[in-house]
Amino acid sequence: MANSLGLKVLPVTTTSPEEEARVAAWIDTQEYREKNFARQALVVNPVHACQPLGAELCAHGFEGTLPFVHGSQGCASYYRSTLSRHFREPAPAVSDAMTEDGAVFGGQANLHEGLENAVALYKPKMLAIFTSCMPEVIGDDLTAFIRNARSKNLVPRDLPTPYANTPSFKGTHVTGYDNMLAAILQTLTEGKKVEGRCTGKLNFIPGFDANTGNYRDYKRIFEAFGIPATVLADISETFDSPNDGTYRLYPGGTSLVEAGDSVNGKATLTVGPHATAKTFAWIKEQYAGKHAALPMPMGIARTDEFLLKLSELFDRPVPDVLKAERGRAVDAMTDAQQYMHGKKFAVYGDPDQLLGYVSFLLEMGAVPWHVLCSRGSKKLEKELQALLDASAYGKGCQIWMNRDLWHLRSLVMTDPVDAVIGDTHGKFLARDARIPLFRFGFPVFDRVNKHRSPIIGYQGAINMLTEICNKFIDLKDDTCEERFFEMMR
Amino acid sequence: MADEVVKLVKKVDGITREATQEMIDEALVAYPEKGRKKRAPHLAPNDPSACSTCVKSNRKTVPGVMSARGCAYAGAKGVVWGPIRDMAHISHGPVGCGWYSWGTRRNLMSGKNGVTQFAMQMTSDFQEKDIVYGGDKKLATLLTETRELFPLAKGISVLSECPVGLIGDDINSVARKMSAELDLPVVPCSCEGFRGVSQSLGHHISNDTIRDYVIGTREFTEPAGPHDVALIGDYNIGGDVWAAKALLAEIGLNVKATWTGDGELDRIAATHQVKLNLIHCYRSMNYMCRVMEEKYGIPWLEFNFFGPTKIRESLRAIAARFDDQIKENVERVIARRDLEMQKVVDEYRPRLEGKRVMLYVGGLRPRHTVGAYEDLGMVVIGAGYEFAHADDYDRTMPELPDATVIYDDASEHELEHFVQKLKPDLIGSGIKEKYLFQKMGLPFRQMHSWDYSGPYHAYQGFPVFARDVDLAVNSPTWKLVKSPF
Ligand code: SF4
Ligand code: SF4
Repeated sequence: MANSLGLKVLPVTTTSPEEEARVAAWIDTQEYREKNFARQALVVNPVHACQPLGAELCAHGFEGTLPFVHGSQGCASYYRSTLSRHFREPAPAVSDAMTEDGAVFGGQANLHEGLENAVALYKPKMLAIFTSCMPEVIGDDLTAFIRNARSKNLVPRDLPTPYANTPSFKGTHVTGYDNMLAAILQTLTEGKKVEGRCTGKLNFIPGFDANTGNYRDYKRIFEAFGIPATVLADISETFDSPNDGTYRLYPGGTSLVEAGDSVNGKATLTVGPHATAKTFAWIKEQYAGKHAALPMPMGIARTDEFLLKLSELFDRPVPDVLKAERGRAVDAMTDAQQYMHGKKFAVYGDPDQLLGYVSFLLEMGAVPWHVLCSRGSKKLEKELQALLDASAYGKGCQIWMNRDLWHLRSLVMTDPVDAVIGDTHGKFLARDARIPLFRFGFPVFDRVNKHRSPIIGYQGAINMLTEICNKFIDLKDDTCEERFFEMMR
Repeated sequence: MADEVVKLVKKVDGITREATQEMIDEALVAYPEKGRKKRAPHLAPNDPSACSTCVKSNRKTVPGVMSARGCAYAGAKGVVWGPIRDMAHISHGPVGCGWYSWGTRRNLMSGKNGVTQFAMQMTSDFQEKDIVYGGDKKLATLLTETRELFPLAKGISVLSECPVGLIGDDINSVARKMSAELDLPVVPCSCEGFRGVSQSLGHHISNDTIRDYVIGTREFTEPAGPHDVALIGDYNIGGDVWAAKALLAEIGLNVKATWTGDGELDRIAATHQVKLNLIHCYRSMNYMCRVMEEKYGIPWLEFNFFGPTKIRESLRAIAARFDDQIKENVERVIARRDLEMQKVVDEYRPRLEGKRVMLYVGGLRPRHTVGAYEDLGMVVIGAGYEFAHADDYDRTMPELPDATVIYDDASEHELEHFVQKLKPDLIGSGIKEKYLFQKMGLPFRQMHSWDYSGPYHAYQGFPVFARDVDLAVNSPTWKLVKSPF
C-alpha cells in the first residue's frame, strides 16, 4: 500500500538503547561542539523572546493601562500566559484578533472595533498599543489607523493611546520594552514641558526587569535618601498585588499625570542602558534636568556607583541606613566568600542583567567562565570584556555573543563549570551537566516567589550569595561520603 | 450521537433559565451595540435537549474583548505535532511563538532530551532580511543542520508562523526537496496563526498534514493482532497517556500507537493497521479518525477516562467491540478497581459534597470532566469552551444540569461577571484566568496543564484528581484572605 503522496512505505523502526547511548555520549563531545557551533540557520533553545512581550510588560507598569495587541490573538495569549506563569499574577491584555481577511484588507477594521470594545468593557485610563508580526509584515499604518479612530470618536478624546511598532523579527523582548516605553512617554509628556518648572523629582528607569522585589528595593533606597521619585514604568504593584478577596484589573502602575510631568524632572536616571537605549536617547533631548545612565546596580561596586550618583544628582549624603546596609552586605560576602571563591559559572541573560551577574561574581572571587547572550551588541561585548579584563578572576573567561542554550550545553559539557545563572529554560542543560541552576533571570516558571526576592542593591547581593552558597553547601551535604558528613560547614 | 440511554435531566437548586438569562443579559450590558450582537448568541442557559442550538460557536473572536483563545499555530505546535517525541519540530518564523510554547503544555515525553526526544525550542528565528528576501533558503539550511545535529530524530515538522504565509514562502517545495535529500520525513504544516478563528483550525490543518505526509508510510514489523488499538487525542499531560495505556493494557488491548502524547512518528504512521481507534479528545483529532475510517475502514470510538463512572462506562463500551476475553478482563478490572476508587471517593466526597464548579477550558474537558466531579459529589454549574464547535456542544449539553450557564469563547468580562454572580466553590480554567479568580479568594485549578500535577486520566489519575480538587477547595489559605482589620 502506498501513501497518498506516493511516499514509500517502510517498516516501523525503534532506536535501540545502545544507539541512544552512543548519540547521548556524542552530543557531549568536542566534535559535536564544533558541529553545533557551525550552525548557520537553526536556532535551538534561544534565550530571547519577541518584542511585544516586553511591550506588554512595560504597559502594565502604568496606572489604569490596558495593553492592546494589534495583531493575532494567539500572540496575545502567549504573552499573557508567559507573564502570568512568571509572576503568578493576572496579566490582563486584549488583542484585536486579526485573521485572514485582516491580512488581505489590513487591520484597521479590527483595530477600530477592538478599541471600542476594550474601552467599553475595561474602562482603561490608557491604551498601550503594540503590534504582533502580522500587521508588521503586511505594513499596517498604525499612525493613520489611530488618527482615523480618533476622528471617528471611537475612543474618548482624553484617553491616551500611545502605540509602538514592535516587529518580532527585529531585536528581542527587551527592544519591545524600550519601544513601548518611548511611545508611552512621548504621548504622556506631549505639551507638558513647562519652561522653568522643576518637579524636584527623580525619573527612574529600570528597563525590562521582571523582579518586583527589585522595584520595591529601588523605592526603599530613594525613600532612605528622601528623594521623591517617579518610576518609569512601575510594575511592582501590578505583578505583586495583595490578595484581599477583590480582583482589581489595574492594581498599580505609575500615575499618568506623574509620568507626563516627568519631562520637568530634576533628573532622569536609567539603570538599563542596554534595555532603554532608544527611550534614553529621546529623553536626553527632551527632558529637563540632568540625565544619567548607569549599569544595573548588582553587587557592591555598582550599587556604590548608583548611590553616589543619587547623592550627586540630589546633593544629599548617602544615608546612614544604606551605609550600614553596605557594611552588612560586605560582611555577608567576606563571611561566605569561601563557598564561592574560584567556582566557575556559566551565565546568560539579557544584557543589563548579564553585566550585573558578571560584576557580582568577580567581586566574590568567582569565575564567570562562559558568558552568553542570545542577542547582544558589540557595545555589550566590549563592556563585558572590560569587566573580565579588570579582574584576576576574569582571566580566560569567554564571551559568547548571539549564541543559544544548545550552544551553552556544548560549552558546559566540554569545558565544565560548577553552576549556571540564568532562567528556567536552562534547567535541561544544568541537569545534563549535573550542576545547579540559579534562577535570577526571566522567566521563572518552576520555582515560587523568585520575583519577590531582589537581586539589586546591597540586599540583592546578600540574597544572591545566600542562595548560591547555601546551594553549594547543600550539594556537599547531599553528596559527600558519610565520613565527611559533619555538623559544621 | 446515537445515545440509547435516556439521560435524566439534572437540576441545580436556585438555577433557572430565567435567572441565568438575566445574568447573561447583565453581562452584555457593558458591550457596545455591535459587540453585544456578536457575543449574545455565544451565551445561553443550558437546554439539555436542544443540544448545540443553544449557543453559536467556532466564530471569529470579537476584537478587544479579552478572549482566552490561541491561534492555529498553537493548535499545531502545542497540541498535535509538538507532543510527538521523536521528531524535531521547527517553529518556522520569528522567535516568539516557539519560545512561548516551549515546555509550557506539559505533554511529557520519554527518551533522552536532544537525543531521542526533542522537547526543545527549534526555530528559524526570522530576522528582517528573512522577511524581505524570504526564508526558504534558510529553511533548507536549517533542515540539513537539524538532521546533522539530531541524527536520531525520525522526522521534522515545519510549523509556519504568521509571517511565513504572508511573504509567500513555499515551504512545501522546500520540504519535498529536503525530505528526498535528507532521506527523512519533512512535514510542512501551514498553520499560520492568522488562519481560522482559534487553535481549532491548527488541529485540523495538522490532522490534514498527518493524512498527507504520515499515515500509511510505515508498517509494523510484527504481525497484526485482534486487539491492536491506537490511543488518539491524548497528549500525555502530566503523564495521562501512560495512565491510559496501562489501563488499556490491563484489559488486554495492545496499544500500538499514541496520538500524539509521547508519540512516535513511525508508530503513528503505521496506525492504519490497527483494529480500532480510541479517541479521547474528539475536538483535536476526530478528523484523522474519520480519514482512517474512510480510507482504511478502521472504526473509532469516543471514550472518557475521567473518574470511575465514566471509566466504567467507557471500558464496557470498548469491550463491546471485542471478544469475550476482553469483556471478562474488563469486568474483572472494574470489579477490582471500583473498590479502590470507592476508597478515594469515601475519603474526599464528604469534604466536597455539593460544592459547585465552573469550567472554562479548551475543546474537550468541560464535558469530559463533569462525571469525575460528580463522582466526588460536586455539581458543574457553568461550562464553556475556548474553541469548540457545534458537535462539541451537542456532546456537552446533555452532560450538564438544566439552565446552567454556557459560554462559548467567553471574554474575561463575562467570566468575571458570571463568577461574581454564581460564587462557585471551584473554578477550572487556564493560566490566564487562574490568578484573577484566586485574587477573588476563589479556589482554582488549571485544567489545561493539571496545574503542574497529573496524571488525571484512568484509574491512576482519579486519586490524583480527587486530591487536587480537595486541596484546592479546602485549603486553609483561603480562610486567610479576609483580613481582620
Ligand atoms: S513571533 Fe510574531 S507571531 Fe510569534 S508570538 Fe511573537 S509576534 Fe506573535
Ligand atoms: S483537551 Fe482541550 S485543551 Fe486539551 S487538547 Fe483537547 S481541546 Fe485542547
